[in-house]
Amino acid sequence: MIGILALQGDVREHELMLEGLGVSTRQVRKVDELDGLDGLVIPGGESTTIGRLATLYGLMEPLREAIAGGLPTYGTCAGLILLADRLAEGTQPLLGVLDVVVRRNAFGNQNDSFEADLPIHGMIDPFHAVFIRAPWIDSVGDSVEVLASWEGHPIMVRQGHILASAFHPELTKDQRVHHLFVTMTKEI
Amino acid sequence: MEQATDRVKRGLAEMLKGGVIMDVVNAEQAKVAEDAGAVAVMALERVPADIRKDGGVARMSDPEMIDAIIEAVSIPVMAKARIGHFVEAQVLQAIGVDYVDESEVLTPADEENHIDKWQFTTPFVCGARNLGEALRRIGEGAAMIRTKGEAGTGNVVEAVRHMRQITADIRALSTMGSEELMRAARDLQAPFDLVQEVANSGKLPVVNFAAGGLATPADAAMMMQLGCDGVFVGSGIFKSGDPSARAKAIVEATTYYQDPLIIAKVSRNLGEPMVGIEIDTLQDSERFDKRGW
Repeated sequence: MIGILALQGDVREHELMLEGLGVSTRQVRKVDELDGLDGLVIPGGESTTIGRLATLYGLMEPLREAIAGGLPTYGTCAGLILLADRLAEGTQPLLGVLDVVVRRNAFGNQNDSFEADLPIHGMIDPFHAVFIRAPWIDSVGDSVEVLASWEGHPIMVRQGHILASAFHPELTKDQRVHHLFVTMTKEI
Repeated sequence: MEQATDRVKRGLAEMLKGGVIMDVVNAEQAKVAEDAGAVAVMALERVPADIRKDGGVARMSDPEMIDAIIEAVSIPVMAKARIGHFVEAQVLQAIGVDYVDESEVLTPADEENHIDKWQFTTPFVCGARNLGEALRRIGEGAAMIRTKGEAGTGNVVEAVRHMRQITADIRALSTMGSEELMRAARDLQAPFDLVQEVANSGKLPVVNFAAGGLATPADAAMMMQLGCDGVFVGSGIFKSGDPSARAKAIVEATTYYQDPLIIAKVSRNLGEPMVGIEIDTLQDSERFDKRGW
């Protein structure tokens, strides 16, 4: 069972992707819905909104404990931001479990959003990646492996049981990134 | 690398799902909205309730004001252009808004034609009262739909009517045989390929938000239970007694829309809601939802 943090964002697209891989999912809006999960997805959305609701409903600390305690977790876009240790600019609630510095809206406004074929470390064919008002990663800690970069900026990383991407595989039909994550949930 | 594709335009709306988009008229209100948990703000010169009250021609906002709002917040900024006013839309695209709302709340600039939205990099959201209208807008390039409702009234009845109509229209299509779809396209006055797509998928090809008359947390939660992907709140927030508290409450009610106890909790002590208008007391000429076709 993989949980999807469902406070706001493209929850449904992650559900469809995971269900397509034969994995059952559960929407997580309250603390007790974190119990018994094999993995967690933090979807795309507005990180300020998700962070505010997670704080208000007492989810930040339980999420931090669960992820730091080894719960395999995958964050896309807003999910990457929430997982991050620090922001390059601005302050907002962060989980601080992924040793990276993230820059929000790094590529610009919506007119600068794009899709492109992206080489990902460990994948033979490029991945068609969709970036929407996407963040990028300014710097990573020693324990973080950069799986993909765009124009010199890391945009997909892994730190042990935590996976994060600035782009949205859930907006495509390509299951490879989610498959990688599902494999990670079975390694533990 | 490709930009301004359907996927990129529709994708931003996907990211806004489950969220609240709030009307704001200056940078200060935009900040209040962001701090309350809005997923985006809609920049406009006057909220619909004031447009109703003041009358006159309602137009695109001053770009200076929109710039100040873009500067003030980190969330997406939308802005309204008049129906058919493609130059207002060009200006909004040039100053870098994230979404253009071709809106019936402003005074229409063209009574026959909406904007050819395919010509733009910036995605568009448009209002609709039924499936045919939604598919005409999508056929013109809209990347997101919202119900028209009846903006500036604080009365949710029209938003409910439009949402139920769209849902019923989709349900009807999805039970039809393929040979019935051309006639359905004729009756809906909608592009055939989009009618086929909806009949096959059982849903709109773009995200659909509720808008027009939402004023309370319960209004937002009801629209979510009726199947909307998220909500716009216009006059309902900044025309109420305590905008910040009401904005926060509506955000929470939109996320926890299936939880009446949470809706009850956030509905307590919100102060005065905006004063509502009974739709029947409006003349047809005063009804924004009759604008556009």
